[in-house]
Amino acid sequence: MSWMFLRDLLSGVNKYSPGIGWIWLAVMFIFRLLVYMVAAEHVWKDEQKEFECNVRQPGCENVCFDYFFPISQVRLWALQLIMVSTPSLLVVLHVAYREGREKRHRKKLYVSPGTMDGGLWYTYLISLIVKTGFEIGFLVLFYKLYGGFSVPYFMQCDLKPCPNTVDCFVSKPTEKTIFILFLVITSCLCIVLNFTELSFLVLKCFIKCCLQKYSKKLKSSVCECHNLRYVKYGEMGAPPLLQKHRLDSAMSTAQEGETKTLMSPVRVEMGRMAVVENCGRLCLSVQSNRKLKKWTPES
Amino acid sequence: MDWGTLHTFIGGVNKHSTSIGKVWLTVIFIFRVMILVVAAQEVWGDEQDDFVCNTLQPGCKNVCYDHFFPVSHIRLWALQLIFVSTPALLVAMHVAYYRHEAARRFRRGEKRGEFKDLEDIKQQKIRIEGSLWWTYTCSIFFRIIFEATFMYVFYFLYNGYHLPWVLKCGIYPCPNLVDCFISRPTEKTVFTIFMISASVICMLLNVAELCYLLLKVCFRRAKRAKTQRNPPNHALKESKQNEMNELISESGHNAVTGFPS
Repeated sequence: MSWMFLRDLLSGVNKYSPGIGWIWLAVMFIFRLLVYMVAAEHVWKDEQKEFECNVRQPGCENVCFDYFFPISQVRLWALQLIMVSTPSLLVVLHVAYREGREKRHRKKLYVSPGTMDGGLWYTYLISLIVKTGFEIGFLVLFYKLYGGFSVPYFMQCDLKPCPNTVDCFVSKPTEKTIFILFLVITSCLCIVLNFTELSFLVLKCFIKCCLQKYSKKLKSSVCECHNLRYVKYGEMGAPPLLQKHRLDSAMSTAQEGETKTLMSPVRVEMGRMAVVENCGRLCLSVQSNRKLKKWTPES
Repeated sequence: MDWGTLHTFIGGVNKHSTSIGKVWLTVIFIFRVMILVVAAQEVWGDEQDDFVCNTLQPGCKNVCYDHFFPVSHIRLWALQLIFVSTPALLVAMHVAYYRHEAARRFRRGEKRGEFKDLEDIKQQKIRIEGSLWWTYTCSIFFRIIFEATFMYVFYFLYNGYHLPWVLKCGIYPCPNLVDCFISRPTEKTVFTIFMISASVICMLLNVAELCYLLLKVCFRRAKRAKTQRNPPNHALKESKQNEMNELISESGHNAVTGFPS
């Protein structure tokens, strides 16, 4: 078990991520995982061996090192990488669940198990929120534990068994500061990407809902082309515009109660009639204060 | 996660690169990444352990080492290689986006004539033109910028590319001006010069690739302008043939209807 395992797991997430998710994965792999493995790990390799206090008292160095570094920055970095990557697995699990469900029922239940709709959309949203929460949480933890994001080159320690206030020197403080700043910057970049993706998803859903509502309103005032075969005219005759157009099944002048065939039929009640083109054919659009009723041959 | 994974990421872009781009990728992975991993890391492995100062004062060695080597050569090279390789991801993203759109249109039934199936879309080599040309050019431009920046940072941090065998240090808690000795300075200098030379070669390759792309575009535009001004003979022949066909069909029609031609 090594970082390759995490890499392989996350590679599977790639398939179901939208565009910004792909960028997040690339930043994660290259600017965080790769930098951690090829560079950062080695910087902290000899941190305790090279931690030196200006005293020969046995135990003083150990106690002071433990006090200033309760958990090594590099280990905290590794924990952060793991915790931040795992919410993406929720998406993989959900897709696997969908695929399992389709297999059990032996029929197609979804457009595609990986399509971001329905429950998967919520799962993805939750994974984004959890990821962002972990990122912010770890940054705050880093700041609180080490009093900022820089590593001082010496610290003063007066814990027992140190005989007095002694100077303790950290190894490679500048290099460690540079890598911690790198970690913070990439972390902030990932937070920004997560927020952008979150806003994009929510906005997309909101626009879709609005469009659906609008198109439903529009449909209620437009005739339906393919459902009905007959039309029954009400009190009004055929609109003059219609008479000019040639239809496959010609329309005669409407008389009250007479049933006529139309290409795009609708039962006309009271109200004004307007001719609109729909599906490349003419049909009647009724702007009526009564609800349109579908008239079927059986009724 | 290691250099092999980066190679997999970047290697995928190789298919859509120019020949110079392919040479650049080879130089990067063989003369820089491999040298870094198999040789340079061994040379710098004991850098702090064997950094010795002529004093027993605790902390003096740490402080002096930190002052002269704020960032280790190895780490700086690793960062340089990562930053220099990542602009290729822009191209990879653009290609992935193009393939995604092509697959979407294929599923809708729009591009059935152009591709046989979805696998065909994945295997197709995409030509560097249009918006991809801009993405590719930007990625090369960024590569050059990153190479130059890191070379300058190296020069600025270490006052050149040569490592001295003794350094004088007088920072607290060192009691006075002490001599500090670096481990293996000559070997480190050799590798530093090697890596800088490889960096310069990569930069020259990038500049050559940029010039090649610009020239290609200029030639293409000149050819297009020439074609528009002087349509080629076969186009002229085609238009004449069309005129004749029309005349023949008209006369034939007139013959059928009995009208005089």
